[in-house]
Amino acid sequence: MGKWDWQVFLQDPGGKIPTYWQWLVSAWGWTVSVSLCSLVVALVLGSLVGVIRTLPDSPWLVRFGNAWVELFRNIPLLVQIFLWYHVVPKMFPVMAGLPPFILVVFALGFFTSARIAEQLRSGIQALPKGQRYAGMAVGFTTFQYYRYVILPMAYRIIIPPLTSESMNIFKNSSVAFAVSIPEMIQFAMQAGEETSRVTEMYMAVTVLYVISAMIINRIMAWVEKRVRVPGFVVAGGTGGH
Amino acid sequence: MKKQVLALAVMALAAGGAFAQANDTLAKIKSSGAVTMGVRDSSGALAYTIGDGKYVGFHTEMSERILADIQKQLGLPKLDIKRQLVTSQNRVPLVQNGTVDLECGSTTNNATRQKDVAFAVTTYVEEVRIAVKASSGINSIKDLNGKSVATTTGTTSVQTLRKNERAQGIDFKEVMGKDHADSFLLLESGRADAFVMDGQILAGNIAKSKAPADFKIVGEPLSVEPIACMMRKDDPAFKKAVDDSIKNQIKDGSLAKMYDKWFMQPIPPTNTKVGLPLSEATKAAWANPNDKPMEDYAKK
Repeated sequence: MGKWDWQVFLQDPGGKIPTYWQWLVSAWGWTVSVSLCSLVVALVLGSLVGVIRTLPDSPWLVRFGNAWVELFRNIPLLVQIFLWYHVVPKMFPVMAGLPPFILVVFALGFFTSARIAEQLRSGIQALPKGQRYAGMAVGFTTFQYYRYVILPMAYRIIIPPLTSESMNIFKNSSVAFAVSIPEMIQFAMQAGEETSRVTEMYMAVTVLYVISAMIINRIMAWVEKRVRVPGFVVAGGTGGH
Repeated sequence: MKKQVLALAVMALAAGGAFAQANDTLAKIKSSGAVTMGVRDSSGALAYTIGDGKYVGFHTEMSERILADIQKQLGLPKLDIKRQLVTSQNRVPLVQNGTVDLECGSTTNNATRQKDVAFAVTTYVEEVRIAVKASSGINSIKDLNGKSVATTTGTTSVQTLRKNERAQGIDFKEVMGKDHADSFLLLESGRADAFVMDGQILAGNIAKSKAPADFKIVGEPLSVEPIACMMRKDDPAFKKAVDDSIKNQIKDGSLAKMYDKWFMQPIPPTNTKVGLPLSEATKAAWANPNDKPMEDYAKK
């Protein structure tokens, strides 16, 4: 496969960071921070919106939830990143003071929240109606029967798509390079240009993406195993109640 | 690496329906009757777009003349000139893999790139400068301490900036735009206090901006960089044809006329002047045409 030159990572890029591999590690740090922060935003907002989309007797909340999902699902991610970075601070001067990192986390978090909301809604609606009625019958308030009856089951159902979504957020974080976040894609582009070792740079970045995504995958697999309820949707089983 | 590049080149050629060896561009042009020139969309007056798929600028016009000379040399009755938009990040790979035959934009000729591609004789010598808002009070690189500084991903300016940062013991935040227009937007919108880039790109972006009077270019040049047309490596016949055409354009004065047209006269789309007179360094490069890399300029 030709000549590789992995020692390129030991060269000095000439700035505050002494070598390219240390720069790569810092870029990985940015990728991981953007992804994890966005994941937290996405899970919180996604759960909230997913729940209100299934609330009985609150047509306006349901409509708001639907609008949220359609808005963030129908605009390409890159466009959303640019909107958050260039347009939102113009419209709301308060936002102009926020660091770009926060804006990108919002962009990625809101985008993914729409997808998680949709998954949670399908999880809740996959449960038999009787569960909701049973909760009401024993005198639970709406909050209580969601908290103790519906959501514990719904979240277990949606763990597999949630795993994919968590891995997606790592991969999607690569668009952050477009708004000056010094993450791994920006590293690959710049360091590749400086050293003219583009292949090595992208190979290293690819390996780190795979590792990051695999770690998330393993964590989610562990969660799935830990929270399994015997007799209910079994991981690796054929499903059913 | 070579094998992969060759494989890519073969794939690109096969896809384009052209039959020629990757390393003989003249033969490829002759047999296919077509040539692909790399163009830029926001490299200041050197190469930019005025919309509608039209690409203009000093180097763009020069490369059109080079290709016309090559057409004459090959005795082709008709030459189909295709234009491929390239960016700072993809220009070198696209030239290597055969997608683009000749790229005349704002590519710095340096030793690292010379390992991958060949350069024609230098036609423009660039000085890396600092653009700031006129009201900012920044007058030299020392004033950048604690500020955020924009520059474009995939350019040599990023490295120049870092080296200056270390050498002068100052500390600033780098903000990397994805292209020159984006980096200028960072300066314009106040996300960055300065934009460090090739002087003419700064001048060109300022001339095109909504309020050119709001910006100024300050400070000593941070580095001097020869800008030249880029082509595939190990293709001496094609390089000679390109170099000869450039030398002729220098000799008959048409290059100087073109420089005046793009840098001193009002240019589309807004009919504003860049106003950047021919520098001594560029004059020297025209007097003694050469393809020395940037590193040789720094030694002086």
